[in-house]
Amino acid sequence: MTDKIYDIAIIGGGPAGYSAALYAARAGYDTVVIEKMMGAGGQMTLTGDIDNYPGFDEGVDGFTLGMKMQAGAHKFGAETKCATVTGVELGGKIKKIKTAMGDLRAKAVIIATGANPRTLDIEGEQQLVGRGVHYCAHCDGRFYKGKTVVVVGGGNSAVGDALYLSKLCEKVILVHRRDKLRATKLYHGQIESCENIEVMWNCAVDSFCVDTRVNGVILKNLVDGSLFDVDCDGVFVSIGRKPVTEFLGSALETDSYGYIVADETTKTNVDGVFAAGDVRTKELRQVVTAAADGAVAVHYAEKYIEALEH
Amino acid sequence: MALKITKENYDSVIATDKPVLLDFFATWCGPCKMMSPIIDKIASEHDEYVVGKIDVDEEPELAKAFGVMSIPTLVVMKNGEVAKQNVGAIPEDQVLSMLENA
Repeated sequence: MTDKIYDIAIIGGGPAGYSAALYAARAGYDTVVIEKMMGAGGQMTLTGDIDNYPGFDEGVDGFTLGMKMQAGAHKFGAETKCATVTGVELGGKIKKIKTAMGDLRAKAVIIATGANPRTLDIEGEQQLVGRGVHYCAHCDGRFYKGKTVVVVGGGNSAVGDALYLSKLCEKVILVHRRDKLRATKLYHGQIESCENIEVMWNCAVDSFCVDTRVNGVILKNLVDGSLFDVDCDGVFVSIGRKPVTEFLGSALETDSYGYIVADETTKTNVDGVFAAGDVRTKELRQVVTAAADGAVAVHYAEKYIEALEH
Repeated sequence: MALKITKENYDSVIATDKPVLLDFFATWCGPCKMMSPIIDKIASEHDEYVVGKIDVDEEPELAKAFGVMSIPTLVVMKNGEVAKQNVGAIPEDQVLSMLENA
């Protein structure tokens, strides 16, 4: 792609990536962000209004926030290359990032590839995507006005999706594996007081009922093992995230879920390589913690590059 | 820029020997906004394809005719028939491969 050796290459253009790019470029480092889509924002674009990122008292949509973060980094000279990363060589002093558009080289690398929605891994699921199986309530909820939908999950995203869909749909059935929600307390009362949300506790989706599209699900009661049908027009899956780390091969240490092992310093097991945002092993995955990681990663990348050159 | 497709111009747009790429989107959908510049880039760089965008809110009949229940949905048509269909935002190389393999 170019013979140039960048100081810092950042893989992924979400809040972690562009916060890192802002800090790196503003500190005078030659900085590139490699992002597979032309727009910025990553997972933020899957949500509507983000009201827990400080500074936006009237709310901001994820796409706009992503593009603002990109613009902020570009203002200080960071570049963005639009390419899909296919592999990495991270061992040496000059790290190589392989893409379909050619290779890029850099002294330090920050991995900020984030995560994708986790799938149920049920037979036929992939063929039903867009025909009754959905992973983005904000994108696809409006196709279910006045209909009945199932939301699978019990965390903040699932409960947020259920509440959002309850405003559009006739009925929302929240299916959760456990007997209480993992979601933050703020949500518990809202779910209870919402008249058109029914919660199916201790249940998991066993299979889909399909004619030309989804018309129901078979749920399994995880306590007694019984199976039963529930009619619905669509299923929104919100059962967590899967980190985007496959392109790394075995280049970095990851945990059993695929998250890159790194503590609050964002340092990975390879010198000069850092992991920022949702792709890193951490407790709280939020826009604000991803952005914070980006700044921390650059702090340690600066130290690493300084030591390299003296 | 990609063509704006409506139910009025749809028939004349797809009446071509070239593969036709249709992007079903909505103005309020984040992943659609990620997809949009890629669609425009392909429209301006590849005149061997016809490229159009369909706003599902303005054109509910077209969205329904293609069974679109999820956005963005990309459809590649060849000789008036659906050859490929994909749900969700994807990078440029994957869109081009849909067109090449249609």
